[in-house]
Amino acid sequence: MKERLVQLEVLRYNPDTDTEAHFQRYEVMCQEEWVVLDALNKIKADIDPTLNYRWSCHMAVCGSCGMMINGEPKLSCHAFLRAYEGVIRVEPLAHFPVERDLVTAPDDFMEKLKRVKPYIIPKEKKPISEGEYKQTPAQLMKFRQYSMCINCMLCYAACPEYGLTPDFIGPAALTLAHRYNQDSRDGGRKERQEVVATHEGVWECTFVGACSEVCPAHVDPASALQQMKITSSIDWIVEHLIPGGKS
Amino acid sequence: MAKSHKPVVWFPFAAGGTVIAFCIPVIVVLTFMAALGHVPAGLGYEKLHAFAGNGLGKLILFGVVALSLWSSAHRLRCTCFDFGLRADTLVATLLYAAAIAGSIASAVFLLRI
Repeated sequence: MKERLVQLEVLRYNPDTDTEAHFQRYEVMCQEEWVVLDALNKIKADIDPTLNYRWSCHMAVCGSCGMMINGEPKLSCHAFLRAYEGVIRVEPLAHFPVERDLVTAPDDFMEKLKRVKPYIIPKEKKPISEGEYKQTPAQLMKFRQYSMCINCMLCYAACPEYGLTPDFIGPAALTLAHRYNQDSRDGGRKERQEVVATHEGVWECTFVGACSEVCPAHVDPASALQQMKITSSIDWIVEHLIPGGKS
Repeated sequence: MAKSHKPVVWFPFAAGGTVIAFCIPVIVVLTFMAALGHVPAGLGYEKLHAFAGNGLGKLILFGVVALSLWSSAHRLRCTCFDFGLRADTLVATLLYAAAIAGSIASAVFLLRI
């Protein structure tokens, strides 16, 4: 198999000993078809066991190996070495606090995810004896794309708005709100609007579209947010301009 | 958290964005063609003047101009914000004032035809 000497410039930060982060250069022999994650694993196994990063599935499903690779948010298990020339710069995901080396703290995203109630709030509760909630293929297709999110947070690292305004609920969490709003079994839209229709919700988005470009699951958060802007605007008109429309 | 009143500015922005996407490229091409002396049949000065003189024509022209201006002002406001210019109230006031001034001007010119 063809091999290639790859140079990686990896951001290192140890909160116990470092006052600030610095780059460390590694040279590692890699196979041509490897991804950046393979190179990091080789470094950790053979060169520097102190290197820290998150990963799990190695097949773009778990969403835990997101990093900035040459300044772009990518899943490192999905970033093929053959796509890069020269020194590859690997940094932790932008816009998140760095815990150690390439490991970031996802707490802000997790807290926002909870706020949008990303679960089915049944339209009508019925006892188990009445059977399952049925759904047609057409009803499924309305939200299926938005349910593909793997919570990798690449969209947050790509979103300039989140970088500038950390209060922004952000692409992935809002898209999940949309996913449940679009579900025929769900009746929780009004509750979610309390978060979605605020300044920190969809209205902080300026439709840059970077979220959709970097999404490894092709969720297209930007489209979900624009659709929610339209429905939130219709809500606003009903609430403010139509007599008796105030909810 | 209170719900945002952003729809007031966003709805005309979205409408303007649609108008810009559909109409403005056509208008730009037609203007260039006219400048080069190729005026398509049916779009001569007399016909367009008559269109602008008609009540419905005035309304359509005003809609295209005003919505495009509003949309551009809002887009520019967002762009300033994205580029880190955080004096949002000042930027918004200036840009929306320009859009409103342009809209009033187009209304005045249309009414004088």
